[in-house]
This record gives sequence, C-alpha cells and structure tokens, in this order.
Amino acid sequence: MPKRKDLRKVMVIGSGPIIIGQAAEFDYAGTQACKALKEEGLEVVLVNSNPATIMTDESIADRIYIEPLNLETVSKIIAIERPQGIIPGLGGQTGLNLAVELAESGVLAKYDVELLGTKLDAIRRSEDREKFKTTMQELGEPLPESTIITDIIDAHVFADRVGFPIIVRPAFTLGGTGGGIAYTPEELETIVSLGLNASPIGQVLLEQSVAGWKEIEIEVIRDKADNCIIVCSMENFDPMGIHTGDSIVFAPTQTLSDKEYQMLRTAAIKIIRKLEVEGGCNIQFGLDPKSNKYVVIEVNPRVSRSSALASKATGYPIAKVATKIAIGYNLDEITNPVTGKTTACFEPSVDYVVAKIPRWPFDKFPTANRLLGTQMKATGEVMAIGRTIESALLKAVRSLDTGVVGLTLKSSGSWTDVELENKLKYADDERLFAIAEAFRRSWTTKEIADLTKIDTFFLSKIRNIVNMERNLREQSLTQDLLLSAKRMGFSDEQIAKLKGLDPIEVRRIRSHGNIKPVYKIVDTCAGEFEAQTPYYYTCYESENEAQFNPKPKVLVLGCGPIRIGQGIEFDYVSVHAVWALEEAGYDAVIINNNPETVSTDFDTSDRLYFEPLSLEDVLNVIEQEKPLGVIVQFGGQTAINLAEQLNALGVPILGTPVDSIDAAEDREKFEMLMNELKIPQTKGRTVTRVDQVEAVANELGFPLLVRPSYVLGGRAMRVVYNMNELIHYVESAVDISSKHPILIDKYIKGKEVEVDAIGDGENILIPGIMEHIERAGVHSGDSMAVYPTQTISIEDKEKIVDYTEKIGKALKIKGVFNIQFVVAGEGVFVLEVNPRASRTVPILSKVTGVPMIKLATWAMLGKSFTELGYAPGLWPEPDYVVVKAPVFSFEKLSMVDTSLGPEMKSTGEVLGIDYTFAGALYKAITGTGAKFPLRGNVLVSLAAKDYEEALPIVRGLSKAGFNIMATNSTAAYLLGRGINVINVPHPEKLLQKGEIQLVVNTPKLGRSQATKGFHIRRLAAEYRIPCFTSLDTAEAFLKTIDIGRNSKKLKVGCLQDYLKKSG
Amino acid sequence: MSGVLILEDGACFPGKVFGYRGDTQGEVVFNTGMVGYQEVLTDPSYAGQIVVMTYPLIGNYGVNGEDNQSSKPHVKGFIVRESSSVYSNWRAKESLENFLVAHKIIGLEEVDTRALTRHLRSRGTMGGVIKVNSSIEQTNNNLKPQNLVEEVTTKEIRHWPGEGPRLVVMDFGVKTSILRNLLKKGFDIYQVPATTGAKEILALNPNGIFLSNGPGDPKDVPYAIAAVRELIGKLPVCGICLGHQLIALALGADTYKLKFGHRGVNHPVKDLLTNKVYITSQNHGYAVDEASLPKDVYVSHRSLNDGTVEGIRHKNYPIFSVQYHPEAEPGPEESKYLFNRFYEIITKAG
Repeated sequence: MPKRKDLRKVMVIGSGPIIIGQAAEFDYAGTQACKALKEEGLEVVLVNSNPATIMTDESIADRIYIEPLNLETVSKIIAIERPQGIIPGLGGQTGLNLAVELAESGVLAKYDVELLGTKLDAIRRSEDREKFKTTMQELGEPLPESTIITDIIDAHVFADRVGFPIIVRPAFTLGGTGGGIAYTPEELETIVSLGLNASPIGQVLLEQSVAGWKEIEIEVIRDKADNCIIVCSMENFDPMGIHTGDSIVFAPTQTLSDKEYQMLRTAAIKIIRKLEVEGGCNIQFGLDPKSNKYVVIEVNPRVSRSSALASKATGYPIAKVATKIAIGYNLDEITNPVTGKTTACFEPSVDYVVAKIPRWPFDKFPTANRLLGTQMKATGEVMAIGRTIESALLKAVRSLDTGVVGLTLKSSGSWTDVELENKLKYADDERLFAIAEAFRRSWTTKEIADLTKIDTFFLSKIRNIVNMERNLREQSLTQDLLLSAKRMGFSDEQIAKLKGLDPIEVRRIRSHGNIKPVYKIVDTCAGEFEAQTPYYYTCYESENEAQFNPKPKVLVLGCGPIRIGQGIEFDYVSVHAVWALEEAGYDAVIINNNPETVSTDFDTSDRLYFEPLSLEDVLNVIEQEKPLGVIVQFGGQTAINLAEQLNALGVPILGTPVDSIDAAEDREKFEMLMNELKIPQTKGRTVTRVDQVEAVANELGFPLLVRPSYVLGGRAMRVVYNMNELIHYVESAVDISSKHPILIDKYIKGKEVEVDAIGDGENILIPGIMEHIERAGVHSGDSMAVYPTQTISIEDKEKIVDYTEKIGKALKIKGVFNIQFVVAGEGVFVLEVNPRASRTVPILSKVTGVPMIKLATWAMLGKSFTELGYAPGLWPEPDYVVVKAPVFSFEKLSMVDTSLGPEMKSTGEVLGIDYTFAGALYKAITGTGAKFPLRGNVLVSLAAKDYEEALPIVRGLSKAGFNIMATNSTAAYLLGRGINVINVPHPEKLLQKGEIQLVVNTPKLGRSQATKGFHIRRLAAEYRIPCFTSLDTAEAFLKTIDIGRNSKKLKVGCLQDYLKKSG
Repeated sequence: MSGVLILEDGACFPGKVFGYRGDTQGEVVFNTGMVGYQEVLTDPSYAGQIVVMTYPLIGNYGVNGEDNQSSKPHVKGFIVRESSSVYSNWRAKESLENFLVAHKIIGLEEVDTRALTRHLRSRGTMGGVIKVNSSIEQTNNNLKPQNLVEEVTTKEIRHWPGEGPRLVVMDFGVKTSILRNLLKKGFDIYQVPATTGAKEILALNPNGIFLSNGPGDPKDVPYAIAAVRELIGKLPVCGICLGHQLIALALGADTYKLKFGHRGVNHPVKDLLTNKVYITSQNHGYAVDEASLPKDVYVSHRSLNDGTVEGIRHKNYPIFSVQYHPEAEPGPEESKYLFNRFYEIITKAG
C-alpha cells in the first residue's frame, strides 16, 4: 500500500532525558523518523523534554515542544496541534508508555488521533507479561518457566516449585530497572519488593534462570502486508544472565550454524506476525549451547538500543523504514538508500564483524557495585567494525576512551589468582581484561569457559590476541609480524608498549614497510551491489575503497560513547558543525564510534569514518582525506585532548589556537593570563607534598575545594570546611606526589553563573548567561540552571560580559567557549574557561535562536560576525524563562551516593520553558520524570551546619500542607523553632513502605557510606522517592508547589512560537 | 603456505592455502550468506566452481554430520578471509579444515575477499586457478567446465518409498533437503539419473515429474531438455533452479548467463500471485529470459533486486518451477509453502 493520503500532520514522541537504559539511540531514531516524515511532505509535531537532542532542532520538526513527557502535558499539545496520527514506537519505553497512556485515557479517541505503526493491542500483547505469555503459548514458542506476581508471598511459592536462581523483572520498566537474579530466599525478598515498587503497574515477572545459555538478538521488521525481514542478528559474548545492554555483543551471530540461525529466524518471524507489529521489533532468545532448545526472553515492539546498533552495524536505516511503514508504505515500496536501486525488502548481508562494548560509569562512581546482572548499568556504548573478531574487539576497546591500551588494565598484573578467578566468575566491567590476564597466566580455555560460561569460540579469539602480545614481546619486530599484529587490530600504541618504543616510531616503521590501513565501505549487501554510502571502516587488506576527493574538506572529531560528563550534547554540536560546513561549501568528514548517535548516521556527513578517536586512527583518516583542517571543539574532552598532539604533528587545527587551548587548560598559564587581564579568579594552589597542605589552607582560608589534578579512578572533588576534613581527605582520598599534585582552591559559596560565547577571532558574541539554582560547589552538569538570570544584578552582568569579552579576545577564540563564574558579595570571579563547546550550547542555541555552532564553524572558516550579519556583545534576553534540570540514574547504580557535589553524577537533562520562572521551574522538575508530591510526608534529615538555612524552607513546606517528619537532632532543632514535626528516628521502614513522599537530606561531612544519611539517600533512590540534597533545589521546588496544584492552567508552548514572539 | 588465486583476466588475489594442498581451477563465484558454509560446500550445484564466501569468518561452528546436502563437497575450491582454527558448536564433529582435507578440497584464506567480490561483481563471474606458492604463470586453460551434471547425478535409479503420489525426480545434482521436503509431502519418489529418457520415466508410471537443481549451464544438458519437452502435456512438471531453467528451455524459452549470478540467502522474491515478498535462498548463474517466454507461460515470481524471472507457470498445463531454493538449507525456511504448491499441482492434475 502506498503512503496514506489522509495524513497531514503527525506527532512524534521523543524519549526524554538520557538515563541508563535510554540514551542517544532515540535521538537518532527520532531524528530519522522526523526526516522521513518531512520527506513525505507531512507536518511534524515533536515533543521531547530533552534539549540536547538533534530532533528538537528547528530544522528537524515543524512544531517543537520542549515540554515534560507526561499525560497532562502531551494531552494539551494534542488539543492545540490536532495531529491525525502519533508514532509511538520511536521514543523508547518512555514514548511507548506515554502513547499507551494517551490511548487508554481516551485522549487519542477524543481528538481523533490514530496510533500509527504498531497498534495498541499489539503493544499490550508484547508489553504485558501475562498477555505475552499467553500469546507465546498459543504460538507454541517456548518461554522460561515463569509466573507473574503482585504479592511477595507468591514469589516464595514459585521459588519452592522451580528452584533457584530466579530472575526478577518488573513490568513496564526501562533497562530492567529494579530487576535482578535471586540466588536465595532473602535475595528474592529484597529484589521482588524493589521490583514491585519500580513497576508502574506493581507487577513483577519471576523467571527460571537460563543463565549461561547463549543470548541471541534478532531485529525484525514487518509491514502491513505481512512482509517480514531480519535486519540483523547479534550474539552476546556474555551469556544469559547479564543484561544485553551491559553485554559485549557481536554481529552477526558467530557460533550458530544455519540450522540454529534459521530456527530462531523462523521463530522471530512467527512472533512478529502473531503480535502484528508494524515497524521494527527486537526479539531476544536464549539458546542452549548443548542442544537446539531455546527460549524467548523478550520482545520489544519498537525501535530500541539494539536496533540503533543493528542500523549502524548493517547500514540499514531501521527507524526510517519503520516510520515509512507507519504512514502506509510496504517494505517493497521503500528504496534501500544504501544502494539507491534495490528495495528495503531484503536482508542485509555484512562482510565484516561488528563489536559493541558498553561504556560504564564506574570511573565516576568508585564506590558503585560494579557487578553486572540483569540491571543495566552502562550509560553508553561503542561500536567497532573489523574483518576479524580480534580487530573489531580491539578497536572497540580503543573507542571506549578509558586510556586502556590493548586488553591490559593498569591493575591486571596485580590481581591475585583468587581475585582473577572471582573476576571471571562474577562478571563486572573488567571481565574482558580478566580473561586476557588469565590467558597471560596460561589458564586453559576450558578453565576460563567453565568460570565465565563464555563460548570457547570467543575465548579463543582473546587467546589469539594474548598470543600476539607474546610474539610481539618475544620476537623482533619484522614487517611480517607487524603486519599480522595490525591485521589483528593491534594499535601502534599497544605494539609500542610491548616493544618499548614510541607509538609514532611504530607508525614510522609501518610506513617504511608500507603497512597502511585501507578503507572498506559498509553497504548492507557484502559487495554484491554498488553502494552509495560514504560509510567507511579500516582494515589491513589490499583494496582501498575510499576514493580521494579533492574537494576542500574539514574533519570533525566526534565525542565517542555517552558517559557522565560527555553526553548527547556533543553529538548535537558535531552534527551542527557538519551542517554548517556543508552550507559553507565544504565537504564534512566525521569520525565517531558511538552507534547511538545522529553523527554516525551515514547520511549526516559527506563521509563517515566509524573508527576509534585515538591519535593513530585519526591520523589515518587525515592521511586518507587530507582535510584542510580538523575541528576539535565539538567532540568534548576526547577531541580537545587530541589537539596538541595533532598540532605537533603538523595537522592544522581550525578555530581557537592550540596555544590558547593550553592557556585555558593549564592552571599556571591561566592564572597568569587572569592576572594580566586583571580579572579576579578564585585563589588556588597546587600542592605536591602533604606538609604543604596546612600552610596553603591557612593562606587561602576555609572553605576549600580540593581535587586531584587529574581524575584518577574517579576520585572525587570535595568541599572541605576545616583542617580536620582537609587532612583526612589528603591522607585517605588521594595519593599525593609531585607526579600527582592536588589542587586546593578557595571555595566561594556564591551563585554560579555560566556563559556560552562565540569568538570570530576578534569579537565576542554572547548568546546568553545562565544562572545556576544551586550555589557553587555543585557541578554545573548537576545543577539546575535558569536563563535569563533571575537574581544577578545589572552591574554583575556587565562585569560578566566584560570579562568574557576580555578572555575571549585574549585567547583569540575562534569558535565556541564556555566560562563559569561565581558571583558573591565580594564580586565576580572566574572559576574556569573551557575552550570548547559545553553542555549548554544546545540549550542556548535553541532558546535564543542564535545558530551558535554555525557561527562558530563559519568563524573558524574565516568569516567575521559582521560578515555573517550578527552584532557582537550580549544577545538580547527574551521575555520567557527556561530552566534546565539534571536527571540522574541513581536507582540503577547501587551503592552510589546520590548527594550533589563538585563531581558530576547526572546522566541527562531536561528543559522547562514558560513565561514565568516558577512555570519553567515546574516544567523542568516534572520533566525529570521524578514524582514530585504536591502533598504528603516530607522526611527532613540535615547536617547541623544547614539547620539555620533550612528553616525557612521547612517552614514553607509545612505551610504548604506537607507533614514534616525528621530524624532525631533535626527534629529537635525544628521543634525548637516552632515547627510541627514528627520525630522518626528510624525512617527506613517508612521509606520502604511508601509512607514518605519527599526527602530533604543534606550530607554530613565525611560522606561515609556508613552514615544514616547515605542509607536514607540510597533508599530514596531505590524506591524512587524524590530527594533533595541541596537546600537550593528544595527551595526551588517550594516555588513550584502552587503551580503544580494548578497545573491544568499551565500553558504549553512551541519553540518556534516562543522565538517568533520574542524576535 | 602462501597461495594465490589468478583470475582469467589476470587479476591476482594472494592468500594462504588451507585444507587440501594443491592447485585447482574452476569458475569463481561469490556467496553472500553469513551462515551455511557446510550446505554450500556440499550442494552439488556448486560443482566446477571455486566459491568465495563474502562473510569473513568461516568455520566458526565446524562441520557436523547432519547438514550435508549430498554425500560430499562439490566445490573446486573454497576462498575465505579467515578459516577459523577453533570451532564451537554442540553438533560439530570436525573442523572445516579437516573436512576439506578429507575431501581433497583446496582452500585459500587470508584473501581480501571483499576486493575479490567487488572484482567479480564489476567484471562478472570468470574462471580462475588457485596455485600454491604463488608461482604466477598465466594458465590459459579453457575454463568452461563440461559434463558437470554427469559428475553429480545419481548413477542408478533410487527408490524412496512413500504413501502418496509417485514422483520421478530427475537428478541433476539434487540436494538432500529437496528430497527430504518432497518425501515429507508423502510422495513416492524415484530418483533417476539426469540422462534418463522420457520413455524410461513414463515407464515408472509417475503422477508427476520433478526437475532438481544442478550445476552449470542448462544448455549443457540438451538430453534433459529433450526429455522434458516430451513429458510436457503428459505429466505435471515442477522444478527448482537448474530444473526450472530446463523446463523453460523445453517450453521454447531461452536462458542466459547472469553477470555474477545470485548466490546467497537474502534475496527478496515477490510471489506475483499473492504480492507477498519472501526472502529466499538462491544459487544460480543463469536465468530464464523473460522476453523469450511463450505466450502461455507467465512469470509467477520475480526478483526484487534485479527484476529477473524467479518462477514461471504454465497457463494450460500443470507446469510450475522456481529459480530459487524453497528447501532452504542454507537460508530462510519461509518458502517451504512452495512444496505444497508442487504437491497441489501434481496431485490435482494426476
């Protein structure tokens, strides 16, 4: 059937903020969907609360609502926009759940909106555990022995019947939130009660464990005419028992014969037909490694993280095709954009191996429980393409950007055999490296397979890598050996380390022997048809398919995997740089390795190199492409870190000079510059010996901000208030030496203000100044922030503008930069300057309408603001207010302290826009998805230093009708100040029972994990009770209560309208 | 030990020999299936050919005792990027390398198989030799192989008893899985040598004739075309692959050589009767020329990739054949419905 004629306007629901289990893949899917709809001449209404996405960009959708993703808000938008259809399957679990809610609440029927693509009934049949089970039973498809319970008692009955271990999965949750494997009745009790709470419908699935079986995923697409195709099959390196989001995955399947593969393929098609999914669908199977028994684990009737991976792994654009199906097309009516000739109705065949490795946040959370299980913990992932398992794997490890060389961790050698055995048996993020270490110690494949349950096929590949390490170490580096190592995916750095050489020396030896990589195309068809795709990967083989193109071009370095501190916002800026380059008449070439992103979509840039962002890999692309320059400002710290080395090798860096980047990042140089410019800076010292600490502290005066000069294993920054704390920190938390100095700064407890600005080499344009809600001391990525500023005086703002201009000019900034200030009674101080795009660039670009990245890119190409028609200085502030709020994924990371501090912990962010500050605040905090109560019980538990300041806030909450509960001394203090408070010395049970709706807890000093505060914060996170650890956030919340109680009256607004009215 | 593939046009692709050691020659073709190498090796249709696998890792799951499509491998040579030294699968009996050695099949690995595939795609399928030790001397043999069908057909009539209608399967190199699927339908099968004449076939008193797959150019088996021509109108005739081409030739249509053929398990075919698309398993270097089809024969299945004929049906006679492989092995199982269609055609007419 061709495109439906009755559709004119279609709504797409995004997935909201980045959280563990739902990352950039849905920006990729949503962006592709919006483009596919616009291509068909449809008007696109988009709703997403995540401002860092590309899909919320003016060029992607016609009507963009950056509003909270909840029933109330989206209903209002539907009432205004009146779309004919809504596509539910592209916004992850959030989008799907919301679409179901809209349908079930009657909103869709009321406004005559149709669910496009997979129908409600089909969604229910795959999402509702009971219905899914019945459907599979009807089909005769095997499931693990399971039961659905709503009461903990039934869990024990089930356990008595099938035995342990038992898998617990709450219904309707993301990334297995609240799930786990129980090995004992006690564990079952804990996990099930958490799971019942995490499930929005209070349902939990208990399942007999098939841990140790092969985990196979299949991506299927079906159209209305019942045509079905398999886009990609994937085999998890880590067998069943570890969430697939936390597993290393290879595509296509590696150890399945045709018989087994076809058995699962046939089952997958049978299932998608029975469920009547129209569009994309992901099916997970467990396959017995010793027979042809299999079980269906899960079906996701929507595009998913795996489908983003499958799209990038094969070149097949799943989201685009799913969208075209949703608006009426059949598979054979859609062209395969890769070949331009054949149709989308075929199954991709690949002639390479794809490896995916998750990126975990444990470098930021050293106290977190690193063990992997059914609860996903990774924030992002990398993908690598090679012609062998070994090369794909080694490239992927390099792409992780964790500083690991080869398969050797710094600590690998120091593990005892017992530790190593445990690491193999109980998987954590380091298991891959533990396997390599075991081979280094000559453990046999069988021993390792018995401990890990990993297929010997995969293990043998790691053994090959370790054998090559040995050969390199023991033999002389002949050209033959070097070639074999390169073909196996060894980096120059890895070879250099084994041979005691400099990596550049290895590069030189290689080029003498003409050992150079070639580029192959990803073409969906294994070379059978000529491809149009400019999508490349390297290998060491004979034919180079990348044709040299003499057109002037610029290389943009992407940012790699999504991690805490380097998220989707850098993909936004990278993609905008590509667009700006193309508009300016240049070819844009991009290197990136994150399969979830828009930047790695082959039709984003002129040429895409899916490669690690290491010096070697970047140099290879530069040699191939010979770009006129490289842009490093848009790839986060990953790209910036390459600037100096590239520059030293004679590669032109576009934009801000490398010297200036250094001057901004090097403490001493920066201090000199600030002195020269007479700009006040928070005072600080670098300390290399313990005995210097006391003198420095006395000189600067408390409180102080202390941190290691470079982050080692995620050791956190800390604010210390007295000498005891400082000494304790220095003695216990850091390893101080001349090589590892620590930085001690005067901590000014003022308002933090952030500026994003652009320089054209001469002038500075400041799109906006944002004010943080939380005072300095909370990482800017974890603070709420408001634009325009609400409490900063005109004089201070003038100072901020003046300092920004001075710094920008002195650093000869060409491109974007970001400055953080602290505004206190004693003046405006500079905290830090980042000579690169910051997290807030997408926000300011969107809400001011200033095309920041375009201006920055064009400035790098030599255009001045005047030529571009923009005036320097501070951009006029609008009459609306925007508030950014961070979003955390604490419930998925057990043992992580949730209190805010100088070390960033959030995974994503949302934005609220309104004509009032309170309205924008309300939208931002509800947009985070946390259930902020309008009434009920508040638990207050404070550090003594915060009592006085907290008093008006607690009084406010009490006045607003909340019941105040407090722990011992806090209760005594509040009671003494005339507040009606219930003393709850042991609030743990109340939290577990759901009798507390909100927690205000400020951490005591010391931040030990043994404190009651820590325990309260963890319980709040696990039971999803909002918890404020900064009084500023609590105060902001207080301001929104009135609005929340009258939320029906709050208006929604489209970004385009805000800008029009304001402009 | 190093080795090299030298193509008819002079192009060389160096690699390392594996499997049986020696020189070999054949028509070089590529297959894009990511699984199913054992089935490919043992499919008699590949007789006379050196097969290049586009998927770089081959041998991962070893070779088992169940998936062979005939008694032995028929390829003349096997070219891969990497032959896995370690295999892992519960059904595996031996490694790929052992299997090749045992059956004297010469392999070449560490080849830039993608470059080779692209070469064949743009220049077309051509002859080639695999030589050990890369002593590159141009061999100018006439590579057009002869009598491939005779090499792979059964030497004598074999009876596979069944309860249902009697079917004569003309064996041009029939895959075990085709026989198995026909037997599953209940046919009483007589598998006869390719050279069997129409009279001998009729003497077996069948309800229908089935023409199997097989290697090479259909025009190389004129005797079979003659036999089929005689049978048309007398008995229902169905066929797969080479059998399909022979039926077309017998009906007066023409066949031609495709530039690089269809070999893989991801080929979309539209059933023009139902307008549904099936992902099919294919292995053919020749195709039926649509323009040459007589008026009373229509195209029933068509390739979505290049529009070529994938199935034909006669308007008046119970004749139906497909170019691709509904029996799969390797490949998707979704076209097995065609065995029902064969059954219907044969039983209804009978």
